[in-house]
Amino acid sequence: MSAQFLQFFLAGLTIGAIYALVALGFSIIYNASHVINFAQGEFVMIGGMTTVSLTAIGWPLPFAIAAAVLAAAAIGLALEKFAVEPARGASVVTLIIITIGASILLRGLATLVWDKKFHALKPFSGDAPIGIGGATVLPQSLWVLGMTLVIVLLLTWFFGRTLLGKALLATSHNRLAAQLVGINVRTVLLAAFGLSAALGAIAGILVAPITFTAWDIGVMLGLKGFAAAILGGLGSGPGAVLGGLVLGLLEAMGAGYLSSAYKDVIAFVIILAVLVFRPSGLLGTRSTDRV
Amino acid sequence: MTLLRVEGLSKEFGGVHAVADLEFSISAGAVFSIIGPNGAGKTTLLNLLTGIYTPTSGRIFLGEEELTHRAPFEYAACGIGRTFQNLQVFFNMSALENVMVGRFLHERCSLAAALFRSPALARAERACREEAERLLRFVGLGEYVGAHSDSLPYGALKRLDIARALATRPKLLLLDEPAAGLNPSEAQEIDALISRLAESGITVVLVEHNMRLVMGVSDHILVLDYGRRLAEGSADAVRRDPKVIEAYLGSGPAAAGTQSGGAH
Amino acid sequence: MLARLASPRTGGLAALALVVLLLPLALRNNYYYEVAILVGLNAIVCVGLNLLIGYAGQISLGHAGFFGLGAYASAILTARYGWPPLAAMAAATGGVAVLAYLIGRPILVLRGHYLAMATLGMGIIISIVIANEDRLTGGPDGMAVPPLSLLGYRLAGERLWYWVVGALLVFAVWLAQNLVESPHGRALRALHTSEIGAEVAGIDSARHKVRVFVISAVYAAFAGSLTAHYAGFITPTKVTFFHSIELVTMVVFGGMASTFGAVVGAAVLTTLPQALTLFEEYEMVVFGAVMMLTMIFMPKGLVPTIAARFPNRRANE
Repeated sequence: MSAQFLQFFLAGLTIGAIYALVALGFSIIYNASHVINFAQGEFVMIGGMTTVSLTAIGWPLPFAIAAAVLAAAAIGLALEKFAVEPARGASVVTLIIITIGASILLRGLATLVWDKKFHALKPFSGDAPIGIGGATVLPQSLWVLGMTLVIVLLLTWFFGRTLLGKALLATSHNRLAAQLVGINVRTVLLAAFGLSAALGAIAGILVAPITFTAWDIGVMLGLKGFAAAILGGLGSGPGAVLGGLVLGLLEAMGAGYLSSAYKDVIAFVIILAVLVFRPSGLLGTRSTDRV
Repeated sequence: MTLLRVEGLSKEFGGVHAVADLEFSISAGAVFSIIGPNGAGKTTLLNLLTGIYTPTSGRIFLGEEELTHRAPFEYAACGIGRTFQNLQVFFNMSALENVMVGRFLHERCSLAAALFRSPALARAERACREEAERLLRFVGLGEYVGAHSDSLPYGALKRLDIARALATRPKLLLLDEPAAGLNPSEAQEIDALISRLAESGITVVLVEHNMRLVMGVSDHILVLDYGRRLAEGSADAVRRDPKVIEAYLGSGPAAAGTQSGGAH
Repeated sequence: MLARLASPRTGGLAALALVVLLLPLALRNNYYYEVAILVGLNAIVCVGLNLLIGYAGQISLGHAGFFGLGAYASAILTARYGWPPLAAMAAATGGVAVLAYLIGRPILVLRGHYLAMATLGMGIIISIVIANEDRLTGGPDGMAVPPLSLLGYRLAGERLWYWVVGALLVFAVWLAQNLVESPHGRALRALHTSEIGAEVAGIDSARHKVRVFVISAVYAAFAGSLTAHYAGFITPTKVTFFHSIELVTMVVFGGMASTFGAVVGAAVLTTLPQALTLFEEYEMVVFGAVMMLTMIFMPKGLVPTIAARFPNRRANE
């Protein structure tokens, strides 16, 4: 395996892990509420930017990270409560516009709270590149991959073993039935938004040392996370992870071997292809409507 | 003369056979009813006969033409019209416009004529409006000619559905539980309407649970159970068929009591 | 004659024409004319987009792409290849129509979020290509566009452009209204509510959806061409995802399934940022808030919500 290929492969995995986290956020919210949260990318931004601000005023990194994740989660809860809940039962187009409006609002607030410049976050454990099989990888990339794996395992435990997790799953399969067995759907929805926001924030914090962070990094990351969720199958957790990794890899390979200027185009061409030929994605199931 | 013919028709959903190996034919001008317990596959069959579902296997013929695998609008264009159990009324339009939609098939309207409001189009629209009014009156909705569809009561909506289907000038009209949710007097009006339809030369296929209606109006009945044909024949023959009685009522004392009279 | 004038449809068109005729009385200087022209151009796009979103019930988050293609095609053909502007405009619009047809056929079988994503992807791909092919398009810095000229007569100056755009807007609205009230319009409204009901009534929903998609793309491309020639300059900012969202917001804010609503939406949301330039930092916050609040409290949009308060005048939109 050539060193160059390995380089691209590792880069692709790294960014793919970030996409996977963002995609998981989309899937969790979609499952609970059938809403596509176009503001998901802003949680990524909020995570990174908040951490940068807090470490800049002297907070130790772990506390800054915790605070940033909590802040994002709180905003996620607010989003559900003030934007999505009042519009329950509205049409798909209406909900799309609402969450897009929320993302614009959050970005606007970000420019007021922070500014329009790029900011760097210090890597968690230094930036001395590590050599692996001829390729070099940043320590931060290992953090990204490692933490993503930990999170995926934690989520598997959460959905499989905890009551709230199982309630989330139940609501996603059949909301009415979940209500009938006593699940408080409102709580479940809030939890879904909070959890997704936290996931987004973590992704933003993990990637900030590598790609820098700014008020508008959420846009592309959000869109690509959404694309990854669709690629893997909207609503499927494993699909989100798989979709993220595949998208990241394809993007890195394409940028490396074809053209880096059109890196972003690759992601969207893939998505169009998936949508046209297999809209249910890699791991999703086909559904039929009852007439 | 056979109008509709179905050969070896099956529809499978992930391992479950909603309809299995159906074979029957419908004569032109008849009132043909399809009955069976819930889940017997009646609505699935109607969906297959209008192209909404594609058969897993089997063929559908209207006259000499094979319709299998065509798009729903092509089924409509060939002369099969249909109403819906759960109504598919266009609530964003008036009652009259709902019926006018049904006439789209028979109006040749080019895009240019639409964009530039040609005088020919204005005339055609007037004719379309008149035809729609006539159909509303035919189904007994004359009083609602000026009304918006969302102000119609449930019974009227069911008839609006029928009027719209009639606007497509069908040779074969499939009615999916037209009497569901109606009180006895409304059901009787539907009964009369079906007879009027049959008299006007349309072949009617009726899916119904209301046995009095079915027994009274049908020329021929097909009984389905678990997606398969259970029995077929005239109203009397089906009524007395022990397999039919067992499927509806089970075997036992209750079943014995229905050997002579109608089910309701 | 008066009865016809009083009907909601002719009355609306007459009112629009009246506004266009009388507005210059309120326009004090070139800047105001500029804003009015911008409103008119956006309104043309929105009227077309409203046919797709409001009447046919579909969605497109990528219409800035069609707008941009119209603009850049016109720009490139006139600036780099010396085509006469009107021929370039015709070619640009025609080219976009073909492209919209080719893209529309496969993606319009999708619904809801999937369709949104597909149109979004399409729009983004177009914007990236335009921004990257700088030999042709001037890249992120944009390119200059020769002015529009007809038979040697040059179209320049705010006042003249105002009348041209105003007339074209009235024409565009007239066409759209005609379509809505024709059997084709009924078919679209039918498939919006129930695609299955429409199909069973004999409507080829796939064909109608693609057709209205193409029509809305043509509206956008035409407005794009005009914009390029009017401004004398075109940059990729008009081709972004954000601009696509702005357009959808105008349609949705003004009123779904309301051609005049689309015009009102374009008017309000084009002038709002202009009014906010004093508070430029707050522009995004206000815009986002407007989007959210409208959709939560006025989901049908401004014009239908207001019209619903006058139940007698049941606007047969």
